[in-house]
Amino acid sequence: MIGLNKKDFGLFLIVCFMALAAPILLNPFPVDSAMSDFNAGYPALMQKFAIFGIVVIGFNILFGLTGYLSFGHAAFLGAGSYAAVWMYKLLSFNVIFAIPASIIVAGLLSVVIGHISLRRSGIYFSILTLAFAQMSYALAYSVLTPITNGETGLQVYNNDPQVLMGEGALAEPHLFGLNLNNLTKVQVGGWEFTFEVGYYLCAIFLILAFYMSIRIFRSPFGMMLRAIKSNQNRLNYTGVSPKPYTLAAFIISGLYAGLAGGLMAAMDPLTGAERMFWTESGEIVLMSILGGVGTLIGPILGAGAIEYMSAIVSAITSADLKSWFGWLPDWLETIVIYVLYPFVGKGWHLTLGVVFMLVVIFLPGGLVEGGQRIGKLFSRKKPATAPGGSATPAE
Amino acid sequence: MKNSRFTRRGVLKTGAIGGAGLALPQYLRADGHAGFTNAPQGDTVKIGFNVPQTGPYAEEGLDELRAQELAVEHLNGMGDGGMLNTFSEKNLDGTGILGKKVEFVTGDTQTKSDVARASAQQMIEREGVIMVNGGSSSGVAIAVQGLCQEAGIIFMAGLTHSNDTTGKDRKANGFRHFFNGYMSGAALGPVLEAEYGNERQAYHLTADYTWGWTQQESIQTATEALGWGTVQNVLTPVGAGDFSSYIAPILNSGADTLILNHYGGDMVNSLSQAVQFGLRDRQVNGKDFQIIVPLYSELMAAGAGENIKGVFGSMNWNWQLQDEGTAAFTRSFGEKYGFPPSGAAHTCYVQTLLYADAVTRAGTFNPCGVAEALEGFEFDGLGNGPTLYRADDHQCFKDVLVMKGAENPTNAFDTLEIVEVTPRAQVEYPQDHPMFAGGDLGSCNPGA
Repeated sequence: MIGLNKKDFGLFLIVCFMALAAPILLNPFPVDSAMSDFNAGYPALMQKFAIFGIVVIGFNILFGLTGYLSFGHAAFLGAGSYAAVWMYKLLSFNVIFAIPASIIVAGLLSVVIGHISLRRSGIYFSILTLAFAQMSYALAYSVLTPITNGETGLQVYNNDPQVLMGEGALAEPHLFGLNLNNLTKVQVGGWEFTFEVGYYLCAIFLILAFYMSIRIFRSPFGMMLRAIKSNQNRLNYTGVSPKPYTLAAFIISGLYAGLAGGLMAAMDPLTGAERMFWTESGEIVLMSILGGVGTLIGPILGAGAIEYMSAIVSAITSADLKSWFGWLPDWLETIVIYVLYPFVGKGWHLTLGVVFMLVVIFLPGGLVEGGQRIGKLFSRKKPATAPGGSATPAE
Repeated sequence: MKNSRFTRRGVLKTGAIGGAGLALPQYLRADGHAGFTNAPQGDTVKIGFNVPQTGPYAEEGLDELRAQELAVEHLNGMGDGGMLNTFSEKNLDGTGILGKKVEFVTGDTQTKSDVARASAQQMIEREGVIMVNGGSSSGVAIAVQGLCQEAGIIFMAGLTHSNDTTGKDRKANGFRHFFNGYMSGAALGPVLEAEYGNERQAYHLTADYTWGWTQQESIQTATEALGWGTVQNVLTPVGAGDFSSYIAPILNSGADTLILNHYGGDMVNSLSQAVQFGLRDRQVNGKDFQIIVPLYSELMAAGAGENIKGVFGSMNWNWQLQDEGTAAFTRSFGEKYGFPPSGAAHTCYVQTLLYADAVTRAGTFNPCGVAEALEGFEFDGLGNGPTLYRADDHQCFKDVLVMKGAENPTNAFDTLEIVEVTPRAQVEYPQDHPMFAGGDLGSCNPGA
């Protein structure tokens, strides 16, 4: 159906369902319950799930299929955001201008960076992309201040031209007058679900991005990319030049990152150079590996897991720990809190590190491999050969 | 035999699903519109404290947090009440705000605009805060102020000294108690003239963001009005750590005065390194080389130690002031934490009280009502003497302190001494002054 085989279509339906029902699925605990701190169904976080899902899906087309590990994708994200904010400043707050502009600008940047970086492979390629990303960051931070507004971050002022903005038009990002910040809260018993226009815009783009990625994975072009990963020399001997394919994959992943950057600016019309910093690029790599490199759904899982930890685990305070473990005997409570405290709040990176280590050591195929192992435990069928497109171990 | 279409199981299933479907609307109800974002429900109200707990301004941020916690205690009737007793308005009686107990959540801005906005957004959407207070770094304050304007939340700016916060980037939902770069220049000018004369050559090192830019512009204008020359203005990245490569060129530049438009950990590093390079022992153009730090704080003075002696700067407030409000705040802060509060702490404490008072006077948490109560509001007893919240740009006008690094501090806390209390009239400016022009408050936004 719609150009997908039955299995992929099933996967696609699952992603559609997850994306569209996220406001409900991510709020499993009633508002007043003790567990409500673990609810993730509020717009700002759901938007991040979707936006980083898109970045990592794109990144996975490059890293998962060709094996080229780019450490500079945050540069495309940042460039996309800057382009979108400039569209707000020059034309209007309608995201119909901002999002295409962000994709185009990120695409152009990826042509330049890709063309140069892809002259090398392996670790040299990684370092080149890292260098380009850091150069972009430095340019945005201080050199190109008139364009990027430096450390302050680029934002829209009341005296900007905004030539296409009519009198009394919305002064916030909107889609043909539909304010992206509009939201409806629905209460069902003790539960509360928030449906926001902005999130659904991101979700639709996530679904489109995912669909495109399946089609690329299953196409002859995708097969060629896999060939590059498995043995580039063999390709050279058969007379095929891998460069056009890797460059195309690089640009596609750059376009995905640009789209995500544009969506970020659509959710919040301000952008700063921090978005291009190398730690952001590193986070994209982490998401990709955590979820499962080279798998279809892995990127979404990885992005979700990391964003969830950065928002929820980092918000746990020592007072929360005390209230959870208050029932323990005093001496035991003190020990438990002493042990756990470094892993929550500001120390959430420690939790992330531990989870990452566990996944890489025990589930080299990422969270997807974990899911498959659980699936096998309960399946009645004899474990068959892994279906196409499933886990390929991280390199 | 023909199978009946209606199996017992089928009927039960359909019935159950249909029944549930029909019953659903009874449970569903769209959230009632209270008329503004995050209208407090029940008997508590939540406010958000968004300060840097890591990064170059972390010291200031942590001190702000201490003061904010103290303010919440006082609003809820715990402790000795602090400035509630000296405040010229007597609406706050220790029962919270409008009878609702005050709760708070905190966030770490990391001194980065992007992170600060994400943190504020989380507070607004997830925690349902009605007001955000904080800052430290004008870039962050301006970014969060813009967010609060869109979300329909009041932003009570903390430590932000850029002219832009209530100038080019002013917003109807944002209010600033702290002073700004222009005021520092206007206050420092006469003192510098008396101390250092009219023939100096100044070299500026400036933090590369809105605060640094506007403060540098203000100080340059003020010193050039005295007849000083400006040799060069060099922009340095925030959080650079090592400033030696910026300081070495000063030695042969012909400048006899160094103006450090740096703050927090950056200022501690750049001042210490300037002293290590022997700048203060030099003679240039027949004069002793001098260093000026236009914006001071106790925490920076403590960090810079010996190096700060005799260095001039300005402050919004200092705990050594002699008025009743200052004494009350310094006492309750000191009793709780064991040391006197910084200027950053004071401004955040006062902003929290001012917000609570404005809500009480307005009789509503609606941001538009609160904004109206704050606009043109005159008050006293909060440590700065008679103060005005100007309606045109939401900037407070009050006396400014000119400070000097103490030559002979008697204890660890009086590292700065007050040289002069510059009267409010001397630091006032029209709201469309060129350094503040181009701004537009817009109209107040109550959100959903």
